[in-house]
Amino acid sequence: MFNWLHPYAKTERAYALCNTLLPYFFVTAVVGLLVGFIWGLAFAPSDYQQGDSFRIIYIHVPSAILSMSTYVAMAIAGFVGLVWQWKTAYMSMIAIAPVGAILTFISLFTGAAWGKPMWGTWWIWDARLTAQLILFFLYLGVLALYGAFSDKTQAGKSAAIMALVGVINIPIIHYSVEWWNTLHQGATITKFGKPSIAPSMLWPLLISIAGMVGLIGTLVMMNLKNQILRRELHRPWVIALLQKTENR
Amino acid sequence: MKSVNPLTSIIKRDLVLAYRQKSELLQPLLFFVMVITLFPLGIGPGPETLQKVGPGVIWVAAILSALLGMDKLFRDDFNDGSLEQLQLAHVSLSWAMFAKVFVHWCGSFLPLLLISPLLALFLNLTPAMYWALIQTLALGTPLLSLIGAIAVALTVGLQRGGVLLSLLLIPVFIPLLIFATSAVDSAAMGLNYAPQLAIIGAMLCFAVAITPFAISYAIRVSHH
Amino acid sequence: MIGETRTACVTNDYRDILRLKAEDLSCIKQDRTLFESFSLQVYAGELFHLTGPNGAGKTSLLRLLVGLSEPDCGVVTVTNTLHAADQQPNTVDYPLLYLGHKLGLNKYLSSVENLAYWASIHGIATSQEQLYALLARFNLVGLEDVPSGQLSAGQQRRVSLARTQLLRANVWILDEPFTSLDIAGVTFIQGLVDDFVSQGGAVLMTSHQALQSRLPVKTVALEYRL
Repeated sequence: MFNWLHPYAKTERAYALCNTLLPYFFVTAVVGLLVGFIWGLAFAPSDYQQGDSFRIIYIHVPSAILSMSTYVAMAIAGFVGLVWQWKTAYMSMIAIAPVGAILTFISLFTGAAWGKPMWGTWWIWDARLTAQLILFFLYLGVLALYGAFSDKTQAGKSAAIMALVGVINIPIIHYSVEWWNTLHQGATITKFGKPSIAPSMLWPLLISIAGMVGLIGTLVMMNLKNQILRRELHRPWVIALLQKTENR
Repeated sequence: MKSVNPLTSIIKRDLVLAYRQKSELLQPLLFFVMVITLFPLGIGPGPETLQKVGPGVIWVAAILSALLGMDKLFRDDFNDGSLEQLQLAHVSLSWAMFAKVFVHWCGSFLPLLLISPLLALFLNLTPAMYWALIQTLALGTPLLSLIGAIAVALTVGLQRGGVLLSLLLIPVFIPLLIFATSAVDSAAMGLNYAPQLAIIGAMLCFAVAITPFAISYAIRVSHH
Repeated sequence: MIGETRTACVTNDYRDILRLKAEDLSCIKQDRTLFESFSLQVYAGELFHLTGPNGAGKTSLLRLLVGLSEPDCGVVTVTNTLHAADQQPNTVDYPLLYLGHKLGLNKYLSSVENLAYWASIHGIATSQEQLYALLARFNLVGLEDVPSGQLSAGQQRRVSLARTQLLRANVWILDEPFTSLDIAGVTFIQGLVDDFVSQGGAVLMTSHQALQSRLPVKTVALEYRL
């Protein structure tokens, strides 16, 4: 089933794949984010309740939505690494982790900034914010564990196990926090509500999400390329590559 | 030749070791009691306040003392090489790990369960709350041990794994904390708290089924 | 690095039995290649001395061979055949016996308790008398019930090595067995190794001193690679 993926277990092929994919992600990122943000921030109509402050959703929502999928992607990479013993899978996992962590941080930060005008306070223990905060901690845990080992193969395996523990936990955390929240404060915050969003607002949002996917892809690819080069520094193909760039 | 059961001898050995290092066992327990004594001093002795925060305080203290005591779970065996001999023996490493975690739970959480009536007194819990509390502790602390053991096994080869262990485990323990404290809260209001217990029980069943494999795999990784 | 192959000059029938085969092993630790395409065949009745400077990867190699860690590339095959000399089934408990640099002795347990525990996790029942007699052979009379943490380093090493007499294995893999042993101890352990090898066992060991064996020793040298 995974035959088509198998060649990319070799770092050299994976590096080449990164180079192939990178421009596509990059173009998606630039076009998507530029169009989405400019449309969303300048041209989309302002919300009748929230005024212009709602425009932060064009950053907040893409990062919030994608932070969790990024975690799942990281865990899948870890799982592939554990099952098929691919070094590149661990490298991808750890290339994804910091991007995901920063994404989660952005969503927390923009969430708080949005909360200030909406709820009158920077932080409330809203279910989504809390779950997002815990997700952030999970990312930090994986990164810290990876950083604690000096042998990077071992580090990759350990971080992969922790990422899997986290991914099993994410739904539990998510629902428990939601349930805890309704238990403690009643459903006060339904500002995110069910999408009663106008198409004129929705389109720029979707484009921003696509752009954010491109941005994540770009960053992960660049990070992965660095990881591969750093880990395979003494391999002939890397040395050849380095010489080629030096001659240029 | 008389055959022997490796698992019983693992359990017997760990129990003997626990008995010979009584002070090691006592420390997390004392820590637990002392953390709980801090709260009335910090937030005031009003019986109603204490009753309100009591379940949460007890559970947070239990998690903290678990993190403190858990660090020791595999460390000695890893450092002196017993763990690698165990890995080479033809005994299922998953079962062996399960046995070790079980003994660890007996040594560190059973005393905590036994001492909990005292804490219920300290924090002015009603009998109904206390009864709910002890049920959540009985179901929840094995879960702490099992999940915690994965992270302990991962960090056992590291020089200073203690803080890292907390960083890894605290987010993972959050659902347990939520369900356990809410069960006690429900009991305080005279509501049915069986659902919360059932969820904790389900998580425990799942953990019993999965974690021994994860722990033994983590041990193999640490031996890499 | 030299992966020596077998020299064909043996007569006893058991000596044709392959006990352990390593093919094309590579090991990379912390991004440094310790060894690459290492091959080794261990036949019954052979004594191997694995040499090399510190950090050359001797311990890593032994751990790969016993399966404590996985090679980055290559295969280790352990053949679990019986001694051909005596056709009885179940003459061997384990194909490999590994005694590492870490002794595997809990410092709060006595020597007897440590050995009994070790035997039981390997599925072997032991009696107190048997263990006392064994420890006496290893010159540990009177120390049987002392917690292992209170024994000297050399005494602890003896307790650890006493395990070789508790279960029957095809191959002993010993990592620096002579560390902290006195001269008499080294001679005694070397004698045990020689006896085992001449009875059809195979031994692969590391040691920084040359082996004073009465048997032919095959040397496998690992080089320190940058």
